Amino acid sequence: MELEKLTALQLGEKIKQRQVSVLDGVKTVFEQIEKQDSEVHAYLDTYKEAYKRAEEVQKGIEDGTYTSPLAGVPIAIKDNICINGKKTTCASKILENFVPQYNAEVIDRLEKAGLVIIGKTNMDEFAMGSTTETSAYGITRNPWNLEHVPGGSSGGSCAAVAAGETYLALGSDTGGSIRQPSSYCGVTGIKPTYGTVSRYGLVAYASSLDQIGPVGKDVSDCAALLEIIAGHDTKDSTSMKREDLQFSKELTGDIKGMKFGVPEEYLAEGLDLEVKASFMGVLDTLKELGAEVEFFSIKTMEYMIPAYYIIASAEASSNLERFDGVKYGFRAAEYEGLHDMYKKTRTAGFGEEVKRRIMLGSFVLSSGYYDAYYLKALRTKALIKKEFDQAFGKYDVLLAPASPFTAPKIGESLKDPLAMYLGDIYTVAVNLCGLPGITVPCGKDSKGLPIGIQMIGDCFMEKKILRAAHAYETSRGSFAVPGEGGTR
Amino acid sequence: MKQYETVIGLEVHVELATKTKIFCGCSTEFGGAPNTHTCPVCTGMPGSLPVLNKKVVEFALKAGLAANCQIHQYCKFDRKNYFYPDNPQNYQISQLYLPICHDGWVEIETSAGKKKIRIHEMHMEEDAGKLIHDEWEDCSLVDYNRSGVPLIEIVSEPDMRSSEEVIAYLEKLRCMMQYLGVSDCKLQEGSMRADVNLSVREVGAEEFGTRTEMKNLNSFKAIARAIEGERERQIELIEEGKAVTQETRRWDDNKEYSYAMRSKEDAKDYRYFPDPDLPPIHISDAWIEKIKAEQPELREAKQARYQEEYGLPAYDAGILTESRHLAGLFEETAAIYGNAKKTANWFMGEVLRLTKDKAMDPEQVSFSPKHLADLLVMVEKSEVSPQNAKKVFEKVFAEDIDPVAYIEEHGLKIVEDTGLLEETINRILDANPGPLSELLGGKDKVMGFFVGQIMKEMKGKANPASARETLMKEVEKRK
Amino acid sequence: MAKIIDDETMENVCILAKLSLSEEEKEKAKAEMQKMLDYVEKLDELDTSEVEPMSHIFQDENVFREDVVTNGDNKEAMLANAPKAKEGQYQVPKTIG
Repeated sequence: MELEKLTALQLGEKIKQRQVSVLDGVKTVFEQIEKQDSEVHAYLDTYKEAYKRAEEVQKGIEDGTYTSPLAGVPIAIKDNICINGKKTTCASKILENFVPQYNAEVIDRLEKAGLVIIGKTNMDEFAMGSTTETSAYGITRNPWNLEHVPGGSSGGSCAAVAAGETYLALGSDTGGSIRQPSSYCGVTGIKPTYGTVSRYGLVAYASSLDQIGPVGKDVSDCAALLEIIAGHDTKDSTSMKREDLQFSKELTGDIKGMKFGVPEEYLAEGLDLEVKASFMGVLDTLKELGAEVEFFSIKTMEYMIPAYYIIASAEASSNLERFDGVKYGFRAAEYEGLHDMYKKTRTAGFGEEVKRRIMLGSFVLSSGYYDAYYLKALRTKALIKKEFDQAFGKYDVLLAPASPFTAPKIGESLKDPLAMYLGDIYTVAVNLCGLPGITVPCGKDSKGLPIGIQMIGDCFMEKKILRAAHAYETSRGSFAVPGEGGTR
Repeated sequence: MKQYETVIGLEVHVELATKTKIFCGCSTEFGGAPNTHTCPVCTGMPGSLPVLNKKVVEFALKAGLAANCQIHQYCKFDRKNYFYPDNPQNYQISQLYLPICHDGWVEIETSAGKKKIRIHEMHMEEDAGKLIHDEWEDCSLVDYNRSGVPLIEIVSEPDMRSSEEVIAYLEKLRCMMQYLGVSDCKLQEGSMRADVNLSVREVGAEEFGTRTEMKNLNSFKAIARAIEGERERQIELIEEGKAVTQETRRWDDNKEYSYAMRSKEDAKDYRYFPDPDLPPIHISDAWIEKIKAEQPELREAKQARYQEEYGLPAYDAGILTESRHLAGLFEETAAIYGNAKKTANWFMGEVLRLTKDKAMDPEQVSFSPKHLADLLVMVEKSEVSPQNAKKVFEKVFAEDIDPVAYIEEHGLKIVEDTGLLEETINRILDANPGPLSELLGGKDKVMGFFVGQIMKEMKGKANPASARETLMKEVEKRK
Repeated sequence: MAKIIDDETMENVCILAKLSLSEEEKEKAKAEMQKMLDYVEKLDELDTSEVEPMSHIFQDENVFREDVVTNGDNKEAMLANAPKAKEGQYQVPKTIG
């Protein structure tokens, strides 16, 4: 049996049936890591004590402590999520030695459900980037083609799932950081409605936009993982009290009569033709499944990226002020006085992209520019939100590409930051408006790189996008794994 | 020489008397060992998030309503960004754009009469940690126990014109906060702090002069001195034809001089923006009504009531209500004893005398009202002499002893033992044949002499009235 | 017309953000920020005069905690990551001269 080819739920079921042990799953994952991660570099840290944990979980499953369908399944965690006693670096030098003394809420939830944490995955530094190339600890490569990036910022998590180096992973999504790398790596990823998953213990990039979400091999795996991590948390004031969190049972395959809207502006210039063709193919499939697909117009499209980068950078400039060499993390070795310590620590501790956004954010909040930039962006956000509200008055689900192109070659993107930002065109509005979004693989381009389609729901309507994504996925059939032509 | 007027506005920080910090479940208790009241939230750990303490909003509303403020029923927290080690996130969570309370006033009274001081706003914010300067290693050490302790900042309009008005305003605020129970306002523990904004202008001028802000003012006396010092400094500059610079100055109370706090690293651009981690607060009409209904009787109302209900003079009512704590003791004692007027006399006399003699803060007075009431009842029933009662009260005041038991144990109770009294009287009559014959001869003036002798012999345990009565009887027998 | 990012603005941004850049880095940062601001100037096309700034997506419910002490002494855990500590406190360069 090739265990690495199983989905998380399949593995969980076999563990439950005692056909395989928790340890078998953990071993499989470590074998894959051993075999490939020197090249892929999805992980920043792996935990050998996962073997011991596997034995505990095995007992827990046998004595009925753990009943989750994902109990015993290995999972990887993006390195901006705090685990008590484990180094949490956000792929930044400034947190090179930071070991939190507390768990993120999601970690508590995973442990309670009996998942086995394998390690921490690479990312763009502080989740700022679209390629996982801004990591201070080396780049991650796309398992489909090692010359290409895995996307970002949750590139490590998505690459690890794609490479079979884990069954599941957690990522975080501030402007597309789960959905875009999921698309590049041919895996499935969800950005939940803002407030659905607690942000406690997620090192903040832009607090009003950040959400933790699942990455997995298919929709069912992601739905099952989302059920575990979603839920109200009193430690996060922006956490919502939701009761509609039974996602898995929504996956019925039936989308007859469901209304899909496609913003026509999303298919205009700038969209790669192969990506477009693949996208159009999905529309046909959905129609065949009995859904209605309609084009409509989104007039605020060209304002999404400007609003997003102003808001995200402003919040980031404030959120990252705490990294100053006083309480934790890196402190410059030589300095003269307090302010020099701050400057030397931060200048040496942060990478270029992070500094770029901190400077932009400091500027747009500064005296004399606050109204013209920051407030203007918040007003624009309100307009964008209003337009999406109107769209959801008509449609159940909106469809969009996850990215205008497939995974770029390593080294191409960072040359022109603005061009890189423009690549987030299809993903940022979801964060600005707090909406849920999912990316599902829908094809490959001529270079063999995966293409993903994004389904966007109204706030709290995860069920609709999961149902739609699952129905599409079922109709699409299995999706090949990297390095093989075959099926999973 | 030109006449100058001082224009003063105050920013007063009041630490709220909540059990926990504003955004986390750490204790606000004063005086713990460094960093023992800290958690990821109040030390700015990555990934930690603030959750607002409801009591802070309630206390801010209480304070605002008591100061006649309008309420922003939709209010938000903003981040104030600046780097300093006592500020663990390098931003302080405060309120700029929509402070919870605004546009209120309080009335002060000085030798010149009554005056309204307008309040621009009151907002909620978190306190910073404490920095200690380590002389040995020439470095500073940070303790985050105070980090995240809730504050309200009360910003006045520039309505004050003298240090006397400033002190009256501060005392007014302090009394109000203590009455409301929202803060103990102890200057020495830093739970009340004031920054002074001051400018001078020629009398009659319409425009304000350039103002400076003075920080580091730890006592009312220091505030008064700083105001005088800064007024003189500014007038001197103007007289010399120099300009006053708008700046923040640090008052050194030892040197009685202020220094400009200037640094090129101090950009003074706080980049306030709404804190995305904290959803806005909605304050319903019902909530405001509830707070209003629960407001305690404030000093002015109490003072009026004491005059009306207890018939106390305005002066006494004023003194008794200076401290809510003392007023509370007074009211409880009066309720148990049943005579407010006599209780008031006792407070005005004995309680305040002892408080002053022992240099105590009125808040520290802590005897049981029941004990004082019992004592007053004994005085009324002539079971203890007023002189002994005062001595016993010193014990009640200092150690809260039970006066009834104490008087019994120490034999201070006035005896109704007529046998003993008769015996004593006859002994005294026998020992003083001269005065006795005068008395028998109808000279009533010597009565006083005999009563005094009797009381002396009885060591105060006799009731003067019955002593006089028994004396008359015994003298009658000898006629 | 977008704001022109000059040396003084860049200097001020560095003070605010506590970063020090070399001359070369400064020039590059200036150019990049200029490019970004020119791009986001696009927002000026939108008439937002009637629109309230939206700081929070969901804001209907008050979120409070009760005033109950839940944390004990966490000193050691909180200081575990301190780059420099002394006598249970975080050690920093002298703050007042």
